[in-house]
Amino acid sequence: MQRIGVFVCHCGTNIAATVDVKAVAEALGHEPGVVISQEYQYMCSESGQELVKNAIKEQKLTGVVICSCSPRMHENTFRKAAASAGLNPYLVEIANIREQCSWIHKDIATATEKAIILGRTAVAKVHLNTPLTSMESPVVKRALVIGGGIAGIQTALDIAEAGFDVDIVEKNPTIGGKMAQIDKTFPTLDCAACILTPKMVEASQNERITIHSFSEVADVKGFVGNFTVKIKKKARFVDETKCTGCGLCTEKCPMKKVPNEFNMGLDNRSAIYIPFAQAVPKVATIDPNYCMMMKSGKCGVCSKVCSAGAIDYKQQDTFIEQQYGAIVVATGFNPIKLDKYDEFAYNQCPDVVTSLELERLMNAAGPNGGTLLRPSDKSHPHTIVFVQCVGSRCDDEKGKPYCSKICCMYTAKHAMLIREKYPDTEVYVFYIDVRTPGKNFDEFYRRAVEQYNVHYIKGMVGKVTPKSDGKIDVQASDLLAGEQLHINADMVVLAAAIEPDKTARPLATMLTTQMDTNDFFTEAHPKLRPVESATAGIFLSGACQGPKDIPETVAQASAAAAKAIGLLCKNSITCNPCVAHSDELMCNGCSSCEKVCPYGAITYVDKEFRMPDRSTKVRRVASVNPAVCQGCGACTVACPSGAMDLSGFSNSQIMAEVDAICK
Amino acid sequence: MQVNENFEPVIVAFCCNWCSYAGADLSGTNRLNYPTNVKIIRVPCSCRVNPMFILRAFQKGADGVIICGCHPGDCHYTSGNYFTRRRITLLYSMLDFLGIERDRTRLEWVSAAEGAKFAATMQQFTEDVKALGPNRRLEDLRCRKQ
Ligand SMILES: Cc1cc2nc3c(=O)[nH]c(=O)nc-3n(C[C@H](O)[C@H](O)[C@H](O)COP(=O)(O)OP(=O)(O)OC[C@H]3O[C@@H](n4cnc5c(N)ncnc54)[C@H](O)[C@@H]3O)c2cc1C
Repeated sequence: MQRIGVFVCHCGTNIAATVDVKAVAEALGHEPGVVISQEYQYMCSESGQELVKNAIKEQKLTGVVICSCSPRMHENTFRKAAASAGLNPYLVEIANIREQCSWIHKDIATATEKAIILGRTAVAKVHLNTPLTSMESPVVKRALVIGGGIAGIQTALDIAEAGFDVDIVEKNPTIGGKMAQIDKTFPTLDCAACILTPKMVEASQNERITIHSFSEVADVKGFVGNFTVKIKKKARFVDETKCTGCGLCTEKCPMKKVPNEFNMGLDNRSAIYIPFAQAVPKVATIDPNYCMMMKSGKCGVCSKVCSAGAIDYKQQDTFIEQQYGAIVVATGFNPIKLDKYDEFAYNQCPDVVTSLELERLMNAAGPNGGTLLRPSDKSHPHTIVFVQCVGSRCDDEKGKPYCSKICCMYTAKHAMLIREKYPDTEVYVFYIDVRTPGKNFDEFYRRAVEQYNVHYIKGMVGKVTPKSDGKIDVQASDLLAGEQLHINADMVVLAAAIEPDKTARPLATMLTTQMDTNDFFTEAHPKLRPVESATAGIFLSGACQGPKDIPETVAQASAAAAKAIGLLCKNSITCNPCVAHSDELMCNGCSSCEKVCPYGAITYVDKEFRMPDRSTKVRRVASVNPAVCQGCGACTVACPSGAMDLSGFSNSQIMAEVDAICK
Repeated sequence: MQVNENFEPVIVAFCCNWCSYAGADLSGTNRLNYPTNVKIIRVPCSCRVNPMFILRAFQKGADGVIICGCHPGDCHYTSGNYFTRRRITLLYSMLDFLGIERDRTRLEWVSAAEGAKFAATMQQFTEDVKALGPNRRLEDLRCRKQ
């Protein structure tokens, strides 16, 4: 005979304001098998849990139903409480009467009625719950970091520091990400290269870190503690192990008209190239779209000058396969393309640039050696206009609905740096709002206004028109003064919104992690689990999870590392016991289940069965490996004889829930 | 067909744990209202939904059944929702054959980020089922509420 306890939570007023909790407890008390039904203000609190534990012991409960918030929130809390009171944790069910009832309904009578039905459904299910025990599965003590920006580098260094092997997969020829392109960094204005390149070198020299540059993740299989990842090492037509990074090939290469990605296309590079002087690994890469040898078979200069014999025009993509216990995603961001913003004349006028292009124009290693010159005629700009929120906080299709967060600060930085170096240059910033929360951030912005006399104007830029004299007409409104302005500018800088890398979406599909509608990776809980994805064993680091500046990126990178280390420290992890199992007496060995299993968890064994006539017969039956099964249930529906069932979500349990709802 | 203004349909929603159930939670967190008629059953994946469960719901007097899963390509278990899609398509043709209104059963993809879509879908589905009236053809009279 079942002895079920029901516990209804008020959640302060979150539930109690729209659901009559007393009535729910009272009604559920009459359900079959229920021996105790109580309500309490905060079930998840220490005293609330005590209430549940005491009831389990005193009433000798065989099942527990908690009517509270979503099971995604506190299922584990109550399972642990039950376990500590001696009840199998899988004999606990949650009725979600907050997210799926009190928060969405306003009428107390109907909300209470629905809460009772949800509670009744959980009671019906718990009648059929069976005690489950978790299996242990071993953890591979190696981590994979996808993306080698500052986020990926920091995560890898921290994991390596803790004594675990880490591989970084970076799609570009060098690690470093966007930070390598930035000139100086707010709020301290120290040079990005000075703080980044030592970290890049540290990563390359750490014996626990392997960097797979110019590589991509091709396939991911497995689950937490035991992922199998296929990495595609793209052909760079240079043998990484032989190349010494001397750079002679890049000097001698006759094809020098290739737009230089690292300098945002503001100057050219050769067909064989090293992205920048401090690249890690410092290895040349041939761009087959421009290399004359690869296109027409005529040239071969690089091969002739390379004394290391590293050039290999016939190199092919190679694949390596590796096992990992944890995966950290650090794929970062990119500024959006501005093709759709005709009003800012970005495509028409070379002197209209993005902020990232400006970083390169001001950088000592940039196209002009650090002197800020107009890209069109290499003259010194006397008036510069900055436009904020280009594509950020946008309602229309062209832009992004969110705030890109970093632009207010980097624009203040740009303005200040320009005024510092070129006091004769006037700087205007058009903004919607200036958003500078963060330690020492608002002080930084005020310095730009007060100390450097940057003209901050609240208002929108309506149109940017290149003029025949080489100047640029900027038409804008000053909202505070209530007037229209025309500024005769030499340069216009657009703070383009930032978006996740385009490869993030297919990667999320491979990793079976979730993304939000903007393609940023979604954390498991926005407040309490900010660096974990909802998929166990996969962690998030840096701007791939949302716009972030460097301090925040690094903080999150270390947090993700800490979570990954926490996992790698374990020798084994407890598996989800809600896995499939087959009834051998019903199974006819048809293989339907095996075909739909995405994990290869089902194999077939020959087993001896006693027949009614006492003879024995050997039959082929399905057998599920509980350490590999992830409990999706695909096999249970595919099975034609109904032999497959899923613990925790069994056919009879779900049917009972259906019946209880329809009653 | 006469439409009964007071008819409150019973609607069973099967939601996968990873996307749609989280989407439902999100519409709760954002206080997006949808009708109380909808009651959710949590399943690990939409592919756990045996067509038998759907028929059972109709037999027991449900007026509409909706199955929600991750968007194609985004399944937590890689391929589960593709199975769901095929199975439900087959179920549709069977229901057609039996003469059951197609609109009583629906398959929707709702991601964990789509709280608003979840609420809007449930609102719409409830209205559609309301317009169809009570499910009489599949209901087992022995299960009829008194
Ligand atoms: C113009 C500008 C100025 C800025 N100035 C400052 C500043 O002064 N101070 C400050 O704090 N912040 C500044 N920032 C913000 C700073 O750039 C970011 O906070 C930081 O770069 C985020 O690091 P990340 O590693 O998360 O991303 P990224 O730097 O974008 O690195 C991601 C890396 O992952 C790689 N990658 C992407 N997809 C894949 C894939 N599928 N497989 C393998 N590899 C992949 C990319 O190639 C890249 O190397 C600025 C940003 C901009 C645009």
